[in-house]
This record gives sequence, C-alpha cells and structure tokens, in this order.
Amino acid sequence: MGVPSGELLPSVDPVHRSRWKMKNKHKLFFMAFPFLVVTFIFYYLPISGWIYAFYDFIPGIPLSDTPYVGLKWFKTIVSNPTQTAEVLRVLKNTLAMSSLGLITSIFPVIFAIMLTEIKSGWYRKLVQTLTTIPNFISWILVYALAFSLFSVDNGVITHILVQLGIVDEGYNFLASSSNIWVTMIVWYWWKSLGWGAILYLAAIAGIDQELYEAVEVDGASRFRKIWHITIPGLIPTFFVLLLLSIGNLVNNGMEQYFSFQNAMNKDSIEVLDLYVYNIAFANNFPFATAVSMLKSVVSVILLFAANTLSKMVRDESII
Amino acid sequence: MRKKKLTAGELIFQIMIYTLFGLFTLSCIYPFYYLFINTISSNDLSAAGYIKFYPRQIHFDNYSKVLRISGLGHAATVSVYRTVVGTLLTVGSSAFLGYLFTKKEMWGRSIWYRSVVVTMYFSAGLIPWYITMHNLHLTNNYLAYILPTIITPFNIILVKTFVEAIPPSLEESASMDGAGYMRVFWSIIVPLTTPILATITIFSAVNQWNSFIDTAFLMTDTKYYTLQFLLWRYLNESSSLAALIRNSPDMAASAANMQTPTSVRMTVTMIVVLPILIVYPFFQRFFVKGIMIGAVKG
Repeated sequence: MGVPSGELLPSVDPVHRSRWKMKNKHKLFFMAFPFLVVTFIFYYLPISGWIYAFYDFIPGIPLSDTPYVGLKWFKTIVSNPTQTAEVLRVLKNTLAMSSLGLITSIFPVIFAIMLTEIKSGWYRKLVQTLTTIPNFISWILVYALAFSLFSVDNGVITHILVQLGIVDEGYNFLASSSNIWVTMIVWYWWKSLGWGAILYLAAIAGIDQELYEAVEVDGASRFRKIWHITIPGLIPTFFVLLLLSIGNLVNNGMEQYFSFQNAMNKDSIEVLDLYVYNIAFANNFPFATAVSMLKSVVSVILLFAANTLSKMVRDESII
Repeated sequence: MRKKKLTAGELIFQIMIYTLFGLFTLSCIYPFYYLFINTISSNDLSAAGYIKFYPRQIHFDNYSKVLRISGLGHAATVSVYRTVVGTLLTVGSSAFLGYLFTKKEMWGRSIWYRSVVVTMYFSAGLIPWYITMHNLHLTNNYLAYILPTIITPFNIILVKTFVEAIPPSLEESASMDGAGYMRVFWSIIVPLTTPILATITIFSAVNQWNSFIDTAFLMTDTKYYTLQFLLWRYLNESSSLAALIRNSPDMAASAANMQTPTSVRMTVTMIVVLPILIVYPFFQRFFVKGIMIGAVKG
C-alpha cells in the first residue's frame, strides 16, 4: 500500500481526538441500532416462545385461552414410558451420530497431511478444487444424487453391485435402516472432507519451513517430519474445532437427516432437531417446545464446559 | 527441488496416495457427470441403466420440457431473487456492522458485539422461532427469506477481524480531513476489505440458493416455493411428479424420449445444481484465499 502510515499520526492532537470520540459514542450506537434490532427480533425474541412449553397450546387458539399446565410437558418426558422411550431413542441417534462425527474429525487432518505429500502440483490443485465442490450443494441435492446413483430400478451403483454379486437384485440402500449411522457419516464426509481440509492446509502452509530443513539435515524420514513438525503444528487448529463441535453435540442440525429420512429408516435417523420438527408437524407444539428448550439448555452447558476446557488447556476462551 | 532416488517403500506410498486421492476426487465429481449424461441421453436407455460413462443418443428434450413445467420457472425466479437481494443485504450489513464493531468508542460496544456473537451457539428452538415468524407475519412473505439472514455472526466476526488488521492511521488521517464514519466506510474500509467481502458474498449466495428448510416451514402458498423446495417435493412425492408430467403441455414426445419421473427428477436436480457448478470455478480461488486469511488470523 502506498499510504504513509506513521507520518500522519503526530499531527493528531490527543485532546481533540478524545473529544471527537466522545461526541461519536452515541452516534456509532445509533448507526448500529437497526442491526441490533434485527438481531433482537430474530435471535432473542423467539426465546419468549418458551412460554408455550408451559401451556396446553393448540395452534390457532390464542395463548390466553389455553390452560396453564406448569411442568406437565417436561414431566411427560420422564413419567410417560412411551415418551421416555422415544426421547431416549432420539437422544441415542443424536449422540451416536455426533460422536461418530467427533471421532472422524481427524479425517480432514489426515487428508491435508497426505495431500501435501503429493509431489505433483497440478494434481494437488486438481484434487483440492474438485473435492470442495460437494460442500457447495444442498443436502437435498446430495439426496437427489444419492437417489439417482442408488435407486433400485436404475441406479448405477446398485447395478454394479448386483453384477458383482455383492447385493441382491432390488436392494434399497436409501430405505434401509441398517448401518444408517455409518451411511450418514459417509455422506457427511463425502460432502465436507475436501472443504474441511482447507483450514488444515492453511495451517500447514503457515508452518515455518526452516523447521523441516533443520530436521532434514538430521536425516529425519518423511514419517518423522510429519510426526514431529506437521502434527504439532496442526494441533491448535484441531483443538479449537473440536471444542467448538463439543458445544454443538446435541445440535447436529437437521437438513441432512430431513433429506434422507423415510418411513423405513426413520427410527434410526431421527436426531433431536428432526424429532422436534416431526412432533411439531404432528401439531404437538408444547411438547416440541419443551424438548427444544431442554436441548438448548444442554447445548449451553456443553458450550460452557468446552469453554472452560479451552481455558484450561489452551488458555484461550471460545466466547 | 532436488531429485532423490525413490526407495521401494516411498514409491508404494506415492502410488497409494495418488490412487486414494484419485478415487475420492472421482467420487466427488462422477455423480454430477452421471446425472448430466443421463439427462441428455435417450430416456429409454437411461431408464434401462445403460448410461454409465458416456451419453448416447443425445437430445435436450428433458431440459426444454422440464423448464416448461408450470411453477418451475416461477420457483427459479424466487430462488434467483432471494439469492441476489439476500446476498446484497447480508454482505452490506456484515461489512457495515463489522466495521462499526471495530470502533472502541461505541457506546456499549463489547456488550452488543457479544450479544451478536453468542447467537451462533444457541437458538430458541423450532417452534418458538416459527411462532415468532408467524406473529411477525413473515409466513408466506418474501421478506422471510431476506430479513433473518441479515445478521450472520460469523460474517461479522470475519469483517471485524479483517478491519482491525488495517493500520488505524489510515482512518484517522481521513477523519482529520473531515470524513465521517460513512465516508471512511465507503472510501477506505470497503475497498480494503474486498477479499473478505468476496468470500462472504459467495458463502451467502450459496446459502441462499441452497436453503429449503425455511420454505418447508414458512411457506404454504406455492407462489413462494423455491427450486430446492420443489426438488425436494419431486424427490419425495411421486404422485405430484406424475401429475406434473400429465398436466404439462406437449409432454407427448417421441416414444423413446418420453419423460419418466426419473428423468424429470434428474433434470430438475441438474437445473438446481448447474448454477453452482458454473460459478464455482471462477470463485474457487477467492473463497479459498478468504478462508485461509480467516484461518491464519484465528
């Protein structure tokens, strides 16, 4: 940049500057005000809706005309055996898929390390470019692709697998509930692996090259270089991302499961968010609200736990 | 680079990673290619599963017919509209608010900033959100696609971090010359933050184009349906798809190219995915650079 940075500073009179800043204290606030209002409306105002969990609310009838029932809906979660079983089933799905996600979050690290080991530059670039494409399409599109590749009648993969004798004619992958957790994590990584690796590639690029040269002089092997320099260089990034995902353990979103759910796999694919959606659309608003309230409370607790952990381990807080 | 003699182990390792990456890369692009060759091949051959690696009996009937299906054109307009308007507003407000949050003299700055950032981690839940949107009359309303995305905390963090790295003397000298905050924003901040704004633009545009959950929740009137939502319906409701083929004008094509539910599904998928595939190569370097800047800064 051709702008002389240091030269202009001395001419600024400190008293003048602080007065100028004082005058603008409220002006700046008023400039930000409309955006703060939007934040309030779309993020904070909905919290007032938690009140619905304490009423026998039926959509279409004003809240004032519906009976106040206190903790009834929260109690049903623990006292009604069918509800308890349902919630436990959904919780199991949620935690299973989140944990699989956490365990496999090492994948992008491996991907990035291996990619930097590739000698040919154009091949590396090609892989990096093409593997990020799936990240930019919606889950509906992923499902649409899965649908055409795996459909029973004319899916190409089904055809090939039948020809190889691996599956029977007419095997319906998408409607099967066996191994659905694994299938979901495979689709998840298909979509996000290339993209997830970009952060680690950036981190690897940031590692001081002299370190490598130094150990090369000592005759370090490729494996030793990865183990003693690359991996320690990636650990901070990995930790931050891991801690962030702990805060989101019960929030695995719903778009993926919403797209892939059907009558056959519903029992094992329903995560908390999708469950809330499904019971809400069965018109049980108060119960759905109660469940999502508990979910938010658990997330906040997890977030604070991750934050404390982060402060302990890395001396840095997330929020 | 020095040329070193490869040991046997080294050679096996290289072959292994080349193959693994090759296979994964292929798995990432083959589905798109497969869809494409199937939509331009004879529907008969496609239905029988003959089209695997290259197209046969190429025709573009599927596209011309599917694009004429009533509702699809309108849905495309809605998708384009929300992508363009939504992206412009999101990028504009992320840039402006991100810049304002770098001003230490703002009244209550740290409280406001934190209250925006914290929304990344919690949400009131689906039903309270739905009821709020309903009470605000944002159901069956185009504004529901636009307004909630205006504040995206992650974007604001990106801009704020980026602006903080710009030497403060630049702004101070401008303000000494009598430039107000708006003037500084337009003539100094916006030009200097272009890389990060380009990144936000792509993220936000892709998000808008890909959204479908909001349509599923909030819109009951077909006139607000987006392409993604229609695709989802076509994938799940074979009855609506059959009706759609029956009701559309001149669907009686030559027997070989008769549209089947599968061909319509594939074509709609291709129509939804094409804009991203076309735009992607041009912007790839931008967002990779942008996300790397963000990553290095932490």
